[in-house]
Amino acid sequence: MNVSSVKGSMSISSSTSTWKAGDTISDQFPAGLRVLVVDDDPTCLMILEKMLTACLYKVTKCNRAETALSKLRENKNGYDIVLSDVHMPDMDGFKLLEHIGLEMDLPVIMMSADDGKQVVMKGVTHGACDYLIKPVRIEALKNIWQHVVRKRKNEWKEFEQSGSVEEGDRQPKQSDDADYSSSANEGNWKGSKRRKDEEEETDERDDTSTLKKPRVVWSVELHQQFVAAVNQLGIDKAVPKKILELMNVPGLTRENVASHLQKYRLYLRRLSGVSQHQSNLSTIISAQDPTFGSLSSLSGLDLQTLAATGQLPAQSLARLQAAGLGRATAKSGIPITLVDQRNIFSFENPKLRFGEGQQQHMTNKQQVNLLHGIPTTMEAKQLVSLRHAAQSVGNMNMQVPPPGPQSSQNNPLLMQMGQQQQQQQSRGQILVDSTINHAPRLSSMGQPILSNGMATNVSSRNGIPENIRAPGYSQTPSMLNFPMNHASELPGNCFPLGSTPGVSNLTSKGAFQEDVNSEIKGSGGFMPSYDVFNDLNQHKPQSWELQNVGIAFDSSQHSNSLQGNLDLTQSALGQQGFSSGQMNGHNRSAAVASKAVFSTGDVKELRSAQNVNQHLNNLLVDNTIRVKSERVCDTSPANIFPDHFGQDDLMSALLKQQESVASSENEFDFDGYSMNNIPV
Amino acid sequence: MDRNRLHNQVASMRRSLFDQLEELQDDTNPNFVQEVVTLFYNDSTRLIQNIEQALNSRPIDFCKLDDYMHQFKGSSSSIGAKKVTNECTAFREYCNAENAEGCIRSFQQVKQEHAILKRKLEVYLQTVRQASQTA
Repeated sequence: MNVSSVKGSMSISSSTSTWKAGDTISDQFPAGLRVLVVDDDPTCLMILEKMLTACLYKVTKCNRAETALSKLRENKNGYDIVLSDVHMPDMDGFKLLEHIGLEMDLPVIMMSADDGKQVVMKGVTHGACDYLIKPVRIEALKNIWQHVVRKRKNEWKEFEQSGSVEEGDRQPKQSDDADYSSSANEGNWKGSKRRKDEEEETDERDDTSTLKKPRVVWSVELHQQFVAAVNQLGIDKAVPKKILELMNVPGLTRENVASHLQKYRLYLRRLSGVSQHQSNLSTIISAQDPTFGSLSSLSGLDLQTLAATGQLPAQSLARLQAAGLGRATAKSGIPITLVDQRNIFSFENPKLRFGEGQQQHMTNKQQVNLLHGIPTTMEAKQLVSLRHAAQSVGNMNMQVPPPGPQSSQNNPLLMQMGQQQQQQQSRGQILVDSTINHAPRLSSMGQPILSNGMATNVSSRNGIPENIRAPGYSQTPSMLNFPMNHASELPGNCFPLGSTPGVSNLTSKGAFQEDVNSEIKGSGGFMPSYDVFNDLNQHKPQSWELQNVGIAFDSSQHSNSLQGNLDLTQSALGQQGFSSGQMNGHNRSAAVASKAVFSTGDVKELRSAQNVNQHLNNLLVDNTIRVKSERVCDTSPANIFPDHFGQDDLMSALLKQQESVASSENEFDFDGYSMNNIPV
Repeated sequence: MDRNRLHNQVASMRRSLFDQLEELQDDTNPNFVQEVVTLFYNDSTRLIQNIEQALNSRPIDFCKLDDYMHQFKGSSSSIGAKKVTNECTAFREYCNAENAEGCIRSFQQVKQEHAILKRKLEVYLQTVRQASQTA
């Protein structure tokens, strides 16, 4: 692209042809954009395919949603954007949208002959990044690349906003943003226009970084290495270059590290903010666990991942601790991690819950805005809730550390979670993304939260919960994945927390630490989420972070409703196996929040802990999306959680939750996530 | 001569019928319009049948009707069949109001427009076939 963009005014076609030098898609951008189009109407499908091909995109068509999903799943990075019809016989377009958002975090454009306001609104709330009315004109398709760019940019931006160290990156990005969004740039995508400015280079760099960079997967190990390096240098002195040297990982660029560091910083920031409300955190953590589970489900962590996360938790906890410690004042390490985990979980849904739950749990009514470090584009309360969640998470994590054994456990779990998170994150991201899509605010919030690594937490949660909770951590993963995996995947993730003793730890309020541990476990993933964040920029999975944020928003919003539902959730949670009693009041609030969230959608469903968890997750994240994932987890019961939980519901629930201090901390704790029930 | 005439005829028909589709056809896929038209033709016939069936059943399942009609509207609008699309919209309104009578009446309109379109399409396809044969 760089080269071609130099060409200047070339039209896309001309430039693309030149660009088609076997470069990555970004080079020829927007030509070569990999589009997946889903429509049951063969006529439309054919016409769309033709039009997209005429736009020089690389088109794959499916006439069934299931086919599309499986294609996406088997080749996660194989597509850049999805176009889907709303009305399809085998699966509702919005459902597909949610799935994609959760699992792959790809931008999705809905299409329909239906131009009714409700339907379009539904698209918005479910996270579609655009809605086209049929008949779709080729001009409309010419610009769809903007959504891909925008998404990536936003991922970067989140980090930027949180005070990225990479100021330089920011500059180009911003300029890029302007350029990206302008469809006029179509031909000059790569900024041939921009070329003309001095930003040329930065733009290029930006483009490169956003578009061309091959995604670096911040695995748990890698993240651990990263954290170790950071800790060695000292969080304040840690600069990408030195970190890179310390890590000594071949193939890793300074830029990768820089972006990851950014996310990590955000994450820490969040933690520190959260740590203030340690107590909250602890509660939240416990409460979060359930959410975690659900969150994890976001990414639909498979059991395997979950298992992996189990290991993580300890590590992640450790990491979180480090992070949290760095930031959080109150808690010692783990709590934060836990919190983070929780946060992560709640990333999608729980995130918010976290804040809320945390607040409630934590005993601090105050709402710790998880997003303390996050740009608060979100509404105040949302932020607050988020912040709380974040803080609580942080706190929780902090608290968690104390429990020695657990922490260790957690850490690994966390670590794993990180990994899983990544997976989950992708899911979470999807969720988040969806959430974010829905609520722009959320996104901002979400992002920060995510950056905190909440995202990872979530994912890690999945993995971790299992680990943490019970010897058979496997459960947690399910939990984590819970939110994400709406579809079947959750089941895996929804590891039946209940079953795992670990989970119960969480619930046991008595030992906040335990909870924390469990939290941590969940948060274990948290740390990873941090990674995820970085990855976000690079990978979709990272979207978890975003998702979390979104969730946070949601949760905050829903806190109100949550409160009411908290009870429900509590009961639901109880089912989960979380000893609700265990969960501290803090957790309770979280749980409540989550429950409340759930209840908004479905009170009865909340009853089932699983649902609650799910709901919570959903609430936090994106109502619909999360719910789905959670639901899936809920092997049982009532997965009634309406998949389309309706963001509003979640939000309100979350908000309510925030307000209600603690109705069911315990419940919230994993119960909310009903990890136990999470069908794996 | 004949061939040219036919080809011209095809081209002009295509232009008048499907301006957008025409744009999409190019060298890489010379039969694009034809394919799409055929597809639509078959698909819409099937849909019409389904709708008719649904309308004749008692009690009328408006949800299903709406679904069918929605799909039909989508594809006919994609192909550029404006009149049919308009009738579909009217139908859907009746459907939403669960006005069985209105639905039936409107459907007659839809069928009518669709029949007209089908005829045109048939002629088009025939001409295309002829042109290709003489080519």
